[in-house]
Amino acid sequence: MSTTDGPTLIPDAKAEQDAITRESNRTTRGGFFAPLADRWNRLSRPQQWAFLLVVVVIAYALPVLNPPLITSEPGNDWPITCLQMAIFALVAVGLNVVVGYAGLLDLGYVAFFAVGSYTAAMFTSPDSPYLHIPYLWTLPVAMAVAMFFGVLLGVPTLRLRGDYLAIVTLGFGEIVRILATIIPAMKGQVGFQNVGHPPGTAADGHPIFSNSNGTPWYWLTITVLIVILLLAGNLERSRVGRAWVAIREDEDAAEIMGVPTFKYKVWAFAIGAGIGGLSGALSAGATGFINNQKFDVQTSILFLAAVVLGGSGNKVGAILGGAVVAYLPLRFTAIADYKYLIFGVVLVVLMIFRAKGLLPARQRLLAYGKVAYARVAARSRAGSPTAATKTEGTAK
Amino acid sequence: MDDSWISFDIPSLMQNFWSATFDGLTFGAIYGLVALGYTLVYGVLNLINFAHSEVFIIGCYGVVFTLTSLGFGPNVPTLGPLAIIGDLLLALIVGMIASAVTALALERVAYRPLRKRNAPRLAFLITAIGASFAIQYGIFLVRGASPEPAVTMFQPTPIFDVFGTIVDSQQIIIVIAAIILMVATDQFIRRSRTGRGIRAVAQDPDTATLMGVDRERIIMTTFVIGGLLAGAGALFYVMKVPSGVFYAGGFVLGIKAFAAAVLGGIGNVRGALLGGLLLGLIGNYGQILLGNSQWTDVVAFVVLVLVLLLKPTGILGTSMGRARA
Repeated sequence: MSTTDGPTLIPDAKAEQDAITRESNRTTRGGFFAPLADRWNRLSRPQQWAFLLVVVVIAYALPVLNPPLITSEPGNDWPITCLQMAIFALVAVGLNVVVGYAGLLDLGYVAFFAVGSYTAAMFTSPDSPYLHIPYLWTLPVAMAVAMFFGVLLGVPTLRLRGDYLAIVTLGFGEIVRILATIIPAMKGQVGFQNVGHPPGTAADGHPIFSNSNGTPWYWLTITVLIVILLLAGNLERSRVGRAWVAIREDEDAAEIMGVPTFKYKVWAFAIGAGIGGLSGALSAGATGFINNQKFDVQTSILFLAAVVLGGSGNKVGAILGGAVVAYLPLRFTAIADYKYLIFGVVLVVLMIFRAKGLLPARQRLLAYGKVAYARVAARSRAGSPTAATKTEGTAK
Repeated sequence: MDDSWISFDIPSLMQNFWSATFDGLTFGAIYGLVALGYTLVYGVLNLINFAHSEVFIIGCYGVVFTLTSLGFGPNVPTLGPLAIIGDLLLALIVGMIASAVTALALERVAYRPLRKRNAPRLAFLITAIGASFAIQYGIFLVRGASPEPAVTMFQPTPIFDVFGTIVDSQQIIIVIAAIILMVATDQFIRRSRTGRGIRAVAQDPDTATLMGVDRERIIMTTFVIGGLLAGAGALFYVMKVPSGVFYAGGFVLGIKAFAAAVLGGIGNVRGALLGGLLLGLIGNYGQILLGNSQWTDVVAFVVLVLVLLLKPTGILGTSMGRARA
């Protein structure tokens, strides 16, 4: 028996690892980040957590660091750019649940963002004659209202074939925008001023969460983002997540295997809508003003581009995609006018050359299957099954 | 909620019923022509070609540029009837060619590579929406956000009077020309050799290939036919809405045309005509009933959702594959 480098690395495990690496190299076809992903997968759990901690600290420090070259100044305020990136990342994580996990093409996602924004505005803005509640309470309320709309739209349309869903959601996005214009209570282009903000006053007497200072809002948004990521990660690994993957890969087969596809599709839709509403509420608070102008189809498509660019089905990819889509036009102001053209072309080119996006989704179920396969293969190569067990015994 | 945001103005609908009907039929004919493009591509590839609305709007630009360079402007032209007809025919041909070339380019550049690598459905849809977006904003960069200057083709003259409402020459020309084009398409699909190929591919692409049908050629032909019809629709659209040609002008019309195709039964050529006319009527009645032109779009979407819920196959069924005259 050969000597081992560490306590966890047994000879079988090494063969296993090689087999897995070979497999994953073959499936990702030499993606830009495939070696990185492999290295990540090889780290032990505590190492992964330690690394994540560093990433989180850097993320929190980002608006204060204002790194040269990366910074969007002087064109755009850097903390506000960070905030935009965080909000886009949150939206992309939400849309990723719908498009990436469950494979439902939602082209009207901005509608849920709008619902969240309007909920926050109507409960906090002095322009609104209705009940007023503290801003932070509007976050869960906006989420609930958006989820309600998600179910409302999902129940009738999710029984349909996938491509009809695309056009119905596209229509829904337009309807919400048009209703915001037509319905007097939504105040059309006049909109709502002075949307609320979380409590707290700085030393100089100004509120901490002001519309001109992006940093506190950014911190709030990435805190929310981290919570949502943990929840989404758990969902992804749960029975629900497995059902979503099954639906995405083959809906008929999933149905035959006993997955209640309709129920889980509605769940995906509602959860995605809820996250969209949440990000809308955050965005409305941070900007302090909303009207009917921002919630157009173009924005929906930008959201979709973020998810697809990052890697549909991969939440880390969604964050990356969202941040990139928000960052590029703000950093390179020369391309700001071309952004819709660029991201439209990006969608087409990605689908042709790299449909999996920058960070391809990890197929967890298949990955487990590969582990099992590699173990069996390694054992049969090592000779008799008893030899393999003896090996494991010595390693222990 | 304010309770005044929606109100039903029934007397107004009664009063304007016939003019709304004739106008609705005119718009419906245009929807129908564009809807044919969606229906044909859907029949053959099972793909919602989101970018078809951009195929249409490029046809509109072709028409407007041709007419402008021929000296047409916002005022009624002072040409003889024959000269006008000649110019309009030229504009029609340019519009049809512009749209057909766009449709073909789209097929070659965006969809064919995906077909070659057997991409999943989602990839096709994302490509379609991406292409639609890219073309739209390509136009935006070249032509800006404001609409092209209006082009008046001729002064509509009253032709006859029905129930106290005047039907003018413009409405007659659009509806009749659109119906002729659609019937011609229907007959082409039913009777010609290429049409048989299209139906065969719609029915079963693999078997069709085995029977000697060149699938790629059929798909290209389908895109070209859809483009030609969209280009024709573009001429009538410019005729009806002279100042409606701007970069995003095709988008909403495209969604409505798709709704029309679904309403009639997607994949069904006759369904596109029926769905277009019905949707034109419903949209116009809804607009007058609810008292704001913005409602047309809302009404069209609600109709689409209702149709999908109650009868997803549409009124005439999705029968291009099966139809045999």
